[in-house]
Amino acid sequence: MSQTDFDVIVIGGGPGGYVAALRAAQLKLSVAVVEARHLGGICLNWGCIPTKALLRASEINHLLHDLPAYGFKAEGVSFDFKKIVGRSRAVSKQLSAGVAHLLKKARVPVFDGYGKLDGALANGRRKVLVTRDGAPATTLSARHVILATGARARRLPGLEPDGKFVWSYKEALVPEDMPKRLVVIGSGAIGTEFASFYRNMGADVTLVEVAERILPVEDEEISQLARKAFEKQGIRVLTGATLGPLRKTETEVNIPVTYNGKTDTLVADRVISAVGIVGNVENIGLEGTKIQVDRTHVVTDALCRTGEPGVYAIGDVAGAPWLAHKASHEAVMCVEAIAGRTVHPIDPTKVPGCTYCRPQIASVGYTEAKAKEAGYTVRVGRFPLLANGKALAMGEPDGLVKTVFDAQTGELLGAHMIGAEVTEMIQGYVIARTGELTEAELAETIFPHPTISESMHEAVLAAYDGALHF
Amino acid sequence: MAIEILMPALSPTMTEGKIARWLKKEGDAVSNGDVLAEIETDKATMEVEAIEDGIFGRILVPEGTEGVAVNTPIAIVVEEGEAVPDAAAPSPASAPAVASAPVVTASVPAPAATTQQATHRGSRIVASPLARRIALAKGIDLSSIKGTGPHGRIVKRDVDAAGTRPATVAQQPRTQATAPQPTGASRTVPHTTMRKVIARRLSESKATIPHFYVSMDVELDALMALRSQLNALSSDEGQDAFKLSVNDMLIKAAALALKQVPEVNASFTEDAMILHEDADISVAVSLDDGLITPIVRAAERKSLKQISQEAKSLVSRARAGKLKPEEFQGGTFSISNMGMFGVKEFAAIVNPPQAAILAIAAGKRQPVVSGDDIRIATVMTVTLSVDHRAVDGAMAAKWLSAFRSIVQAPLALVL
Repeated sequence: MSQTDFDVIVIGGGPGGYVAALRAAQLKLSVAVVEARHLGGICLNWGCIPTKALLRASEINHLLHDLPAYGFKAEGVSFDFKKIVGRSRAVSKQLSAGVAHLLKKARVPVFDGYGKLDGALANGRRKVLVTRDGAPATTLSARHVILATGARARRLPGLEPDGKFVWSYKEALVPEDMPKRLVVIGSGAIGTEFASFYRNMGADVTLVEVAERILPVEDEEISQLARKAFEKQGIRVLTGATLGPLRKTETEVNIPVTYNGKTDTLVADRVISAVGIVGNVENIGLEGTKIQVDRTHVVTDALCRTGEPGVYAIGDVAGAPWLAHKASHEAVMCVEAIAGRTVHPIDPTKVPGCTYCRPQIASVGYTEAKAKEAGYTVRVGRFPLLANGKALAMGEPDGLVKTVFDAQTGELLGAHMIGAEVTEMIQGYVIARTGELTEAELAETIFPHPTISESMHEAVLAAYDGALHF
Repeated sequence: MAIEILMPALSPTMTEGKIARWLKKEGDAVSNGDVLAEIETDKATMEVEAIEDGIFGRILVPEGTEGVAVNTPIAIVVEEGEAVPDAAAPSPASAPAVASAPVVTASVPAPAATTQQATHRGSRIVASPLARRIALAKGIDLSSIKGTGPHGRIVKRDVDAAGTRPATVAQQPRTQATAPQPTGASRTVPHTTMRKVIARRLSESKATIPHFYVSMDVELDALMALRSQLNALSSDEGQDAFKLSVNDMLIKAAALALKQVPEVNASFTEDAMILHEDADISVAVSLDDGLITPIVRAAERKSLKQISQEAKSLVSRARAGKLKPEEFQGGTFSISNMGMFGVKEFAAIVNPPQAAILAIAAGKRQPVVSGDDIRIATVMTVTLSVDHRAVDGAMAAKWLSAFRSIVQAPLALVL
């Protein structure tokens, strides 16, 4: 008889759930994970990681078609689309196996099936029912239950994935063949990355956004630069757009669209619906509990506690921002609080966001507009990558680093970047924000030459009228 | 090599102190570990020890001086045969005192540096650059702020929180001075450091914490009967001897009630509620010149005998001014017992960052109606003062009921 009673049970084995389990094991709590599909969750299997593998392929394809710029000549360049998709799947598989190994090493049992809260708190413990293939498999119990069930693609009526023309991110990750004409609906991180991938692989891509600008959560200037870069690459970008009902024929989809007062019909082989996500709050036993759900997300306090004592929710199911690193951070915080440690609630303005389209986009904290809205008097610094030696040497001169400071205190309120490798660099500004460095410490920091990161230094100096190279 | 003795920071909140007494005279030989002086801090009297062997060269700050800022040089220790510098070196870091010392001191200068380090330790304020800058701009003293960042680092939110507190506390003395004075004779008694701390902390508590009060009558007869039975078990003298007081038992009862209603064992912060695992009970002890709250830690896990012995030792050391900072800083709940003064009932002021304090009045034999009968019982009135930001009325009432149940059926105290 294997163990069925634990200090902590984590429902869901994604970047929130498995990290919670690993941290709990480190802190000598007995812990188990209940996972129905893949360890690693959406992130490893259907999100962050496989898309990065695909985007790497499309980046190589782009370089191969840009060889003359570097003095190369090659003919008959081609690719095997199945192999590109296969590589992406292999990377996911390797990482998922890695998570299984980590949990095994930490002696965390993984129960295969759907986990569900089962009944009220009794004697300080609650039950978790594990269902496999539709039938109850095991009943577990624990003092603390962490819901880490994640989220899935939102389905808009008329835009449901149909296995043929309309894809969600999932189908878009494992296509049988390359679409020639693609329409991507929604220009958040997911839509933008797919638009970028398929365009760089050679498809005709139209990116449709209902808001007035693409990447609407990013700083407006960055949005504009992204649009310019996409259009230069041949992506058609429609903003302020509304769609009519899809008309499907044998071979294609016709999509009536209205934008800027104009009406048009888009013709496509495939449509990707990337219109947001909804939390997985069904069938996890929330009914009849004090746990509240608001717009498909479990309501929690700053320490991830739900309305029911001993039940916590972390990651996507607990709401925005829907980011793997936010889930993992909440996981650690939540478990440490359970273990009685002093923890610090997450400040959303210290959570970085990255989009891996070409050019990449990364940001943290307040946009210029949001900072002003919040009542700050701001100092803004800008530095274009065009003036950065390393960016020029790399052949990646398109981009901008923008900083937003509180004019009164020198607090770095936000930083926004677009360009090559910016997703790898944003952490510098996140450290500055988390460590509460001011412009003075950043200005005194020596950035290595030649790197693209020097433009981060210059963007700080620029906010105080001291940029040296622009 | 002349070594300056600096005013040490004996607790994280200490910014200044009083030189209560010098225990060495100029010219005395001192060796490592010798007590040089007694410093009166905000809550206790502490000893300053020598860290090096040498000759006690010069007292820079005379006995009885108040308000000596932390890190001010207060005395100079020199090596045997070395000339004593007249005053403190202008900059402790550059140690120019060497210049006036004879050439004999060709010894390694390194120890001096480490000594500096040692005397500075504990006084370093850990704060983020942003917090420092905001504090400077707003004129907030960082040493008066408790940090909530990693390892107690002072971060922006701490300074912002300190900045929003009303500044009336600081201004009060001035308005008082211009207020009409009684015409009769009066005398001015300078504040002790403790009095200043009491004034600051309690003004802050009343000004920033929305208090409310819940009272309940609790019958003591069962608890007193249990107490006599338990005390009869004690050996007459020796290490195992004990004599439980009613207060010892109430400490344990409060701790058990906090485990039953853990929402009260809390601290309110702007970002989140901090719920404490252990019931660390601060026990108010009155002193001649003020009061102090030594802590019985994790009282819910201790036996009555342990609590009794610990409380006794804490109280006697509190009265002698010998408590260590960690012994009176950082409780999670307070008890103030004025039963011995025959008080009928009273309400206490919350001791921040705790969420509640229990005021215990005297037990008194009085008629009690139970059913249709009148019987006589020993009844005391207890009043819970609560930070409404952390705990609501119903929760406070729930806690008091739990406390009463434990006191009236006290066998749980010996479990």
